[in-house]
Amino acid sequence: MFNFGGVHQNPDKKKNPSGFFDSYTRNTLKYHPERCFNCRRCTQVCPHAVFEEGEDRALLARPEACMECGACARNCPAQAIEVQSGVGCAWAMISAALSGKDMDSGECSCGDSENSCCGQKKEKAPPCC
Amino acid sequence: MTKKTPNGRNEHQDTCSQGKDTSRSTCCPGTPDRATPSCTCNGYTPPTVEIGEVTGTITFINRLDHFLARWGVNRSGHRVEPGLYRLGNPTPDSPVVVTANYTLSFDAVRSALQGTDCYILVLDTNGINVWCAAGKGTFGTDELVHRIAVTGLASVVRHRTLVLPQLGAPGIAAHEVLRRSGFRVEYSPVRARDLPRYLATRTATPEMRRVIFPLRDRLVLAPIELIHAALPTLAAAILIYLLACPLAALSAITAVLAGTVLFPALLPFIPTHDFSTKGLILGVIAALPFAFSFAVNPSSPSVMNVMAAIAALLLMPVVTAYLALNFTGSTPFTSRSGVKTEIFRYVPLMAGMAGSGSALAILLAILRLTGVI
Repeated sequence: MFNFGGVHQNPDKKKNPSGFFDSYTRNTLKYHPERCFNCRRCTQVCPHAVFEEGEDRALLARPEACMECGACARNCPAQAIEVQSGVGCAWAMISAALSGKDMDSGECSCGDSENSCCGQKKEKAPPCC
Repeated sequence: MTKKTPNGRNEHQDTCSQGKDTSRSTCCPGTPDRATPSCTCNGYTPPTVEIGEVTGTITFINRLDHFLARWGVNRSGHRVEPGLYRLGNPTPDSPVVVTANYTLSFDAVRSALQGTDCYILVLDTNGINVWCAAGKGTFGTDELVHRIAVTGLASVVRHRTLVLPQLGAPGIAAHEVLRRSGFRVEYSPVRARDLPRYLATRTATPEMRRVIFPLRDRLVLAPIELIHAALPTLAAAILIYLLACPLAALSAITAVLAGTVLFPALLPFIPTHDFSTKGLILGVIAALPFAFSFAVNPSSPSVMNVMAAIAALLLMPVVTAYLALNFTGSTPFTSRSGVKTEIFRYVPLMAGMAGSGSALAILLAILRLTGVI
């Protein structure tokens, strides 16, 4: 139904293989281990231990826990990690959809800059901001 | 206003920071060689770098400021002046800890580091916390490199290491910072309270690197959720009171309380993984006593009682579930892909429930007001 653009399909959902009532089984994280030179930055920045230290290169240990914050990809000097980062905030995405903006553009996210949907009306800012 | 202006702030820095979006190229640009005090800013040569002084003590005023921030009072006004601060008696070899200019962030860092001699470099994130500002990019490489330059940090410390919060990493490219400023970035643990241990060992345990969302962290968000829902809820409750009965008005308030207070509190304990289904389950539980009360109301015909009970079972869960879905933005683990999937999966169902429930409720109100039954 939705095109996630060659996304990662989580292989580790043993408890709930069908993803029944679980919308969080797939995400946009992609890892190219052949580019990794083991600087271990990704293991330091990931708040969900998605990457683990390996002998020669970082290991993608818990891909299903990825929240697409983008810290690993941004800090990877070898560009071995790709992720369509964004804020997982329903309020922001629904606001974007309602105001005719692209839900994926990140136009509506946290922070009070000009193009943030939160910034336009401060009293209506979602709690995440 | 809760703006802090510590003694001895350098006016020049403010001029630079205000003009950063438009005149960064002419005013203290983000290159280390031009960041020394010889930098000229619109023809004005600043005096030697001045540094703010702070302590690690959290005063009553600070606590009041935190309380107001939690309740959404003057939401974007809880700011610290961006720049360099001295905590204790740092030497040119003391660590430099970087944070955002949100008072809650800054105060967490300085109170955690009480007793540690260090510098705190405060980035201009428009009064937004590290995590959200990093997601937006305001706690970012550009601002960090710029702030290093305008504070003259390179002439204050002898070393070239910055200690950044791990949750700032989505906005910072460490290798870019090194290339552009000469400063090496280290990521300290998720929680500020682990900073002293990190600074002592320069290593973080896996636990320190993991973000968690314990009861306290979830509950501290309840006031702001409640405040955001308060006005529409009150308006709806008054309208329902006038059209229906006090119990129906109370059911509206209950549904909102379930979604804004009970939901964050019970988040890990409600069955299923999706926020929408968790919200629907919690909403049905909250609706059951009301549905039962409506169903056994002796003063109105049983047809109307059944209609009222069904309306409660449709409308209350949908309100709670929608608020629950919106709580995704406040958690530190929901992915954009997942939330998007949730929206497409459940918002049509919620719309259907809201539509049919409202139709039933309106029909009931009409029947009651016209006295048909």
